[in-house]
Amino acid sequence: MKKKFKLQDLDCANCAQKMEDAIKKIPGVTDASVNFMMQKMTIEADDDKFDEIMKQVQTACSKVEPDCRIIM
Amino acid sequence: MGSLTKKQRTALLRIIVTFVLFAGLMVCEHTGVLDFLPWWAEALIFVVPYLIIGYDIIIKAAKNIMHGHVFDENFLMLVATVAAFCIGEYSEAVAVMLFYQVGELFQSYAVGKSRNSITELMNIVPEYANIEWDGELKQVDPDDVEVGDTIVIKPGERIPLDAVITEGDTMIDTAALTGESVPRHASVGDEIISGCINGSGTIKATVTKAFEDSTVTRILELVENAGSKKAKTENFITRFAKVYTPFVTIAALILAVIPPLFDGDWSEWIARACTFLVISCPCALVISVPLGFFGGIGSASRSGILVKGGSYLEIVSDLKTAVFDKTGTLTKGEFRVSSVQPEGCTEKELLEIAAYAECYSDHPIAASIREAYGESINTERVTDSGETAGHGVSAMIDGKRVILGNIALMRDNGIEARELSSAGTVVYAAADDAYIGAIVISDSIKEGSAEAIKELKAAGAKKCVMLTGDRKAEADAVAAQLGLDMHYSELLPADKVGIVEKLLKDCGKNEKLAFVGDGINDAPVLARADIGIAMGSMGSDAAIEAADIVIMDDDLRKIPKVMKIASRTMRIVRENIVFALAVKFAVLVLGALGIANMWLAVFADVGVAVIAILNSMRTLRKS
Repeated sequence: MKKKFKLQDLDCANCAQKMEDAIKKIPGVTDASVNFMMQKMTIEADDDKFDEIMKQVQTACSKVEPDCRIIM
Repeated sequence: MGSLTKKQRTALLRIIVTFVLFAGLMVCEHTGVLDFLPWWAEALIFVVPYLIIGYDIIIKAAKNIMHGHVFDENFLMLVATVAAFCIGEYSEAVAVMLFYQVGELFQSYAVGKSRNSITELMNIVPEYANIEWDGELKQVDPDDVEVGDTIVIKPGERIPLDAVITEGDTMIDTAALTGESVPRHASVGDEIISGCINGSGTIKATVTKAFEDSTVTRILELVENAGSKKAKTENFITRFAKVYTPFVTIAALILAVIPPLFDGDWSEWIARACTFLVISCPCALVISVPLGFFGGIGSASRSGILVKGGSYLEIVSDLKTAVFDKTGTLTKGEFRVSSVQPEGCTEKELLEIAAYAECYSDHPIAASIREAYGESINTERVTDSGETAGHGVSAMIDGKRVILGNIALMRDNGIEARELSSAGTVVYAAADDAYIGAIVISDSIKEGSAEAIKELKAAGAKKCVMLTGDRKAEADAVAAQLGLDMHYSELLPADKVGIVEKLLKDCGKNEKLAFVGDGINDAPVLARADIGIAMGSMGSDAAIEAADIVIMDDDLRKIPKVMKIASRTMRIVRENIVFALAVKFAVLVLGALGIANMWLAVFADVGVAVIAILNSMRTLRKS
């Protein structure tokens, strides 16, 4: 399943890159991209574990930039 | 300033408070009021504004260290300012933090602003669709409309989905998609494209594509994902950023420790090391370079040119050879039968046989023959129909073997045809191995083609080449009229790839080749060229898939335009890189020598970033 999320207060381009790398490493995620310019995140992951994966994505993001919020 | 986010407003408030406190302290310091205080009290006074302005940096730095990110700009700012406190440079420590925050706020504001101006450009998403329900109109989400449903579009509304008009007559404003300001007329049977605005009349239309496959959705996705195809320059910056910060930090450490072992002046060398740390963030580059490309792509899409990624913008700026497909690209691709020359039969009979032979072909030539015949075709009369790509077709019609195609096809089948030399495409026909005549079909040069070639050359292209499957006489005439440098005629679709490969070899090291086609038969060539440009493809999936740059309307003049946008974008990006690196290295050297102080270092960090961002925003301007 592929889903798009809006990101709020993603303020640095470098962090967007770091987030993308971190999300890609989460097991079950097939592809991910964090678009700094559009403040959007696209995640492709296993259907049945999606919610669980999203939780991990959230922790990964706040590790890189604590202020950044994912709008679900 | 109403457009600030909550976070930005808090930051602004903190900056103002700190600035007032800091200004007061500076006055006190210079008038000597603080001289009566012991050093610890003075430090304590400065700690107050420092914490107000820098508490979030301290928290972030602490969190990041726990997560193992050491070379993080927050951490480095913290080290630099704490070190400054330790060596007694209180005001510098506060100032560095203050200006760093001012810069961050400004960066976030500028990036948000340019993001908005780009999304505004792309504000083409329809909000609702009208569906007739028991004689009443209902507004529904375009996502819920299915293929085959009938929608009603009132004047002034945005067309929600790709559809075909079934009732009504209107003018359609395609400006949001093509940049073309003259509205287009559309009536029953015409396709309408989502994202355009219905001008004058109410129309009913049958939906042909679901929302997620419709033109408007595809275009938006394309532009939004453009950032993921990174230009070489962008990749270089990402790699550079990874090396730069550790390098400067280690240099700072060496500077702080080694020299004082010899001269013992610890505070002087630590101060110099602090200037290093302040300059250690590559922010100016990391933000301004992608922003520049993003702006360039945005500015192109405003003109009806979709660029699929920064890397393509980079390639287009080095475009030296432009290869064009003839039909539908340089010429209108609207074929009309201009003369019928039967041999041993009537004009009507010849057209009838030709129309039947071409009844399964979707080539524009076939369509024009069927149009000239003008009567409906009973396909039961046709059997064994086949096509020889680039040559012609054959079929059994009423039991007669009919061959229809170019002179080569006639010769291959041992048919003696009388060769015509008129301009246009000549289709020869034979029935049961006997020549029965020829049909001449001609095409006209597209408006603006000649001008586009001239502008391309002015923009730096060295060679303009035309490829066509047409006969030499026809190709020569078109090439001369357009002022092309080279042309290749009588090509089969497969030959085009070979010629493009040969032309690619002729290109110099930093010279790029573009292939311009209509995206219908030339997907392999589009893919083989350094850059594939698809024309006249509003709504054509194949073209949008295969090409790197899509020109939304048919206008060839958009190619020199995208070249200009690309060169300007590249110039701005390079200016930023050179400017940022030059200032940073200059301040690093001056800092090591003890000439540059923390103030200058803050400028080299934040000031440069802000200037680079402002410069990047110029890419958005309309040319």
